[in-house]
Amino acid sequence: MTDLLAIGTRKGLWLARSDDERRTWTLDGPHLLAQEVAAVSIDTRLPAPRVLAGIQYGHWGPTVMWSDDLGTTWQETDHGAIRFPEGAGAALARVWQLRPDTADRPGVVWAGCEPHSLWRSTDGGCSFELVRGLWDHPHRKTWEPGGGGGAVHTVLPDPASERVTVAMSTGGVYVSEDGGNEWEPRNHGITAVFMPDELPEYGQCVHKVAVDASGPDRLYAQNHFGVFRSDDAGGSWTSIAGGLPADFGFPIVSSPTTPGTAWVVPLVADIQRVPPDGRLRVHRTRDAGGTWTELGAGLPDASWTAVMRDAFCSDAADPTGIYVGTRDGCVYASADEGDSFTLIADHLPDVLTVRAVKLP
Amino acid sequence: MTVQVLLPGVLAALVGGAKHLDVEPTGGTLADLLDALAAEHPLLGRRIRDETGQVRRFVNVYVDGDDVRFEGGLAAKVRDGAEVHVLPSVAGG
Repeated sequence: MTDLLAIGTRKGLWLARSDDERRTWTLDGPHLLAQEVAAVSIDTRLPAPRVLAGIQYGHWGPTVMWSDDLGTTWQETDHGAIRFPEGAGAALARVWQLRPDTADRPGVVWAGCEPHSLWRSTDGGCSFELVRGLWDHPHRKTWEPGGGGGAVHTVLPDPASERVTVAMSTGGVYVSEDGGNEWEPRNHGITAVFMPDELPEYGQCVHKVAVDASGPDRLYAQNHFGVFRSDDAGGSWTSIAGGLPADFGFPIVSSPTTPGTAWVVPLVADIQRVPPDGRLRVHRTRDAGGTWTELGAGLPDASWTAVMRDAFCSDAADPTGIYVGTRDGCVYASADEGDSFTLIADHLPDVLTVRAVKLP
Repeated sequence: MTVQVLLPGVLAALVGGAKHLDVEPTGGTLADLLDALAAEHPLLGRRIRDETGQVRRFVNVYVDGDDVRFEGGLAAKVRDGAEVHVLPSVAGG
């Protein structure tokens, strides 16, 4: 069996693979050289794994490309896989998230994009349709762009129901229970320190949301200051930041198999986006945020880099592997849930996204 | 009317390597020309303009040597026999 890690960077895509149970990795790339790859996914539901990449051609605009031969050749839809319909008055600025749905929803892929929009494909990512329920939501005009742009950056389809959860910077968490037609904000308890009302109904800058392995109702959120947990599908949120050296950061990753286990990478603050004390560290909880343990074996001291919201992921193996990509072009892999890390790539352009799968 | 469109190498690769394309627009504006170009070569058209029809921010278009930003943008006049350069602007990294 091969473990595959896709590494999207500011200037291209690399594919790392391991054929020895994640002990050693070989790096293949660059693919899509000089293109920004801000979103990547590997769809293993197809006969051949499909690498989907949300790219920015620099001068020539954003699009979605895909490869069915692990990067050797790439295709794109002539008229653009993601394209705002006439009359929407918007143009695609960036693809932030590509998320294949479950195996029993073949062909369904979700995309979160800038400007704030959610898209759904039924043909494996070759073409997407705008989810009008969110686009037409009366709150949309109030969703401000965060520092990186205003986008739907997190898409979490529930495998067992029609629920879809999204997170936006800014805007916060919104949930649809009917596959995307009706949406409601679910941010009660999440703070917005940049607003006069620090606990608004919506408008938060939620950086990332992850679903706990216990079930779809338990969520974790790394916020623009604050780490939170919800036990009621976003209905209310409570702080779980106690015990962390800082409550700012971008990614949050949950274990796909072990309830209560999640990881964050704290940064000092919004105006100081570096690790506390200049030491790159992952923090892990085993009790759904009750306590946190600092993990640093194999991670660098004297490091002033940061980890972007999608540059941290887990795999589906046992024990869970986790993968951390940094803005200084390094990727650290752990095959033991963060107890130890190995540097598997360095001197790449800044890493924007990583995604890991086991190839069938 | 026929207009010659000159492309940089990175865009020429989308149309079989041709750095010169003869295009026959139905009207006399840059929008008409780009519509005709996109109808024939949709990938190329999408590199130059977004889905609202606007020329992308970092794409420069010159009609007979004049930057269309100062000639009315998409309404810039394009004469029969004109030379239209499409170039990447000074940007990137």
